[in-house]
Amino acid sequence: MINGVGRFIPEGMQPFVSSDNFLTKERRLISKKRKQSKTVFLDNIEEVFDVLGIDSNMTISFHHHLRNGDKVIQMVSEEIGKRDIRSLNFAPSSIFPSYTKLVDLIKNGNVNEIHTNYLNGEVARVISQGHLKGKLVMNTHGGRARAIESGDLNIDVAFIASPVVDKFGNGHGAIGKSACGTLGYSISDLQYAKKVVLVTDTLVEKLENYQLDGKFVDYVLIVDSIGDRMGIVSGTTEITKDPIGLKIAKDCADLLNYIGLIKNNFSMQTGAGKTSLAVVKYVEEIMKKNHIIGSFASGGITKAYVDMLEGGIFKQLYDVQCFDLEAVSSFAKNKNHIAMTASEYGNPFEKEPVCDKLDFVILGATEIDLDFNVNVTTDSMGNLIGGSGGHADIAYGSNVTIIISPLIKSRIPIVKEKVMTVTTPGSDVDILITERGIAINPKRTDLREKLTNSQFPIFEIAELLEISHKITGVPNKIETDEQIIGYVEYRDGTYLDCIRKVKNGY
Amino acid sequence: MFRSLLFIPGNNPSMLQNADVFLADAIIFDLEDAISINEKNNARNLVKNYLVTSSVLPNQVILRVNSINTEWFKKDIELLKTNKIDYLLIPKLDKLNLLGVEEYLNSFEKDNNLEETKIIALVETARGVNDLPLFAENKRIIALMLGAEDLASDLQIKRTETGEEIFYARSKIIYAAVDYNLIAIDTPYTNINNLEGLIKDATYAANLGMKAKVCIHPNQLEVVNKVFSPSEQEIKWAKEVIKISQEKPGSGAFQFQGKMIDKPILDRAEKILVKAKQFNLM
Repeated sequence: MINGVGRFIPEGMQPFVSSDNFLTKERRLISKKRKQSKTVFLDNIEEVFDVLGIDSNMTISFHHHLRNGDKVIQMVSEEIGKRDIRSLNFAPSSIFPSYTKLVDLIKNGNVNEIHTNYLNGEVARVISQGHLKGKLVMNTHGGRARAIESGDLNIDVAFIASPVVDKFGNGHGAIGKSACGTLGYSISDLQYAKKVVLVTDTLVEKLENYQLDGKFVDYVLIVDSIGDRMGIVSGTTEITKDPIGLKIAKDCADLLNYIGLIKNNFSMQTGAGKTSLAVVKYVEEIMKKNHIIGSFASGGITKAYVDMLEGGIFKQLYDVQCFDLEAVSSFAKNKNHIAMTASEYGNPFEKEPVCDKLDFVILGATEIDLDFNVNVTTDSMGNLIGGSGGHADIAYGSNVTIIISPLIKSRIPIVKEKVMTVTTPGSDVDILITERGIAINPKRTDLREKLTNSQFPIFEIAELLEISHKITGVPNKIETDEQIIGYVEYRDGTYLDCIRKVKNGY
Repeated sequence: MFRSLLFIPGNNPSMLQNADVFLADAIIFDLEDAISINEKNNARNLVKNYLVTSSVLPNQVILRVNSINTEWFKKDIELLKTNKIDYLLIPKLDKLNLLGVEEYLNSFEKDNNLEETKIIALVETARGVNDLPLFAENKRIIALMLGAEDLASDLQIKRTETGEEIFYARSKIIYAAVDYNLIAIDTPYTNINNLEGLIKDATYAANLGMKAKVCIHPNQLEVVNKVFSPSEQEIKWAKEVIKISQEKPGSGAFQFQGKMIDKPILDRAEKILVKAKQFNLM
């Protein structure tokens, strides 16, 4: 059948209808877990596997707060490989290039289903090529929390890396040699998984404050190292020096100012890319010049936002994940640097998720089409290269959603007639800013009206497509294999799109 | 007419591809100082292919060729055959060099059935500064540009933030430009990370009489455009002055806002409006 963004979805699966269709549904909650006995402390992973009886067809989850420095998923993957446990389902909140041991598990049929929000590196490559025997489900950060709390994603065992744990089984992310900051993506796993294992390299007597409540924790596994905290740094802590990126960022900040979004008590979120950081810098300059104090910034938090909090330019930061070490130490010491769970961040069924309070968000795109649908899941050839993360959550929640991107990346136009994969429905995307022009979604008549007599180079999105084709020529149509290897799941649990195997030779 | 001109190195494909998106009034594709000896041929080929194949070019295209005294000059001039170049920027121009350039261009244009190529004179030697009255009247020349870095090297002096050492050269260029109805273009401000310094330097040059400035990074364009554009107040003032003068034709001098308005002031108001229209400021 064809869903609400015009994509084919196989029979038997709930098709996406519209981004606000969840408003017609009731929140579904399974019971939070009840621990049967005292938390048990173990010091080797074999014992953990033995006592939990980890076996075929179970679902095992992880968080990705240590990002590319995480060793817990590697450790668990290695043990699965040793025991040759088959047909497991993995549900990590994201997958990074360093999770190399997962590659063989996929190829050998140890892991057959994967449910995640983002993936890249070798795991993405082998899944793109069709090695995963079951299906990949790509959903959003808020959607993952919804899936767990509703029982749509049943987790048998959650392995939660916790930089510090106390003798009562409580955990915190901002203390210890592997401190990585907030642990927002793990809270649903903690509360709803059948069994919870905190994995730590730092044990203390008692934590006065904790993020992970020991009442949900069955086991604590003490290891030498849960990871390298340097690996959390996204590599995007510096503002772009690329003149095109700077131009886009400047135009974006000027446009935000022109339409009156940079005002007292406003709220914002950006990605952690170099161009996004440049937007943050230009917005900061406008705020300082006009003596504006913002209400809050949210998301993955970087030093740029920490500086603004410390400089009194924003009152609060809502942080689901720290993107650099400055954010980690800020979270540890500043009471206005507030941790939020993935559910509080973007679960559509939360009463007032943070994403719904945002005045504007600045996001990226691999592709955007004439209906403003955005793809950040695959590249133009169909290779998996990312995923929504919080993209679709905040695009829906925010008052104004802006996509910033060069019109042409490596000689490939980013505007397409149809995107390869729909990650975020175009109904939630308002403005596209490129170096050669700006397009406004026709449904935002208010924004179009405001910008009509401005000096900004406003075009229809089809005109931007034409401009890019004049420069690059019309690219050849990319064929994908017929085999469906996975799905893009919208935050409400419906299906936005199918992901197909990359055709041989791409 | 220019306010800002941006140098783009000829061997940088991504900059070439995006040359038309920057805020510069003109782009200078550089085959000279920004290009190492080993890259000269590559840069020339790249610029040539870009000019021939690109569907979107900057509003005004300038090519900085290598000096006439180099082995690359004649090869660089071949790019005129693309018919996409509005002006040549000739480095180290003085009276003698101009003679050589003109002689070669006359012959090249005739052989290739090209129209007369206009030149921006890059004045960056002591001789160039001294020769200004001797070559500024040449009919090919439309603008004089100061190149202070090479000039400082020629003079064996250091460049300073305040620019006292180039006051004489700036003044000579400005006076020659006004005398021969040319555009006086100021030397680039080389600290690309110091926008405050750029504002001061550009404002100072504009107050002396420079009409445009060269930029070496796209980030400098917004400041330079602003400094060399009439302000909103100036445009408003000029509109009112012209309106009153049109309401009282032949009345000679008149008072406006407590100040005497006579012919020189009217001329200034007209120039402000011409510039404002040219750059879509009104």
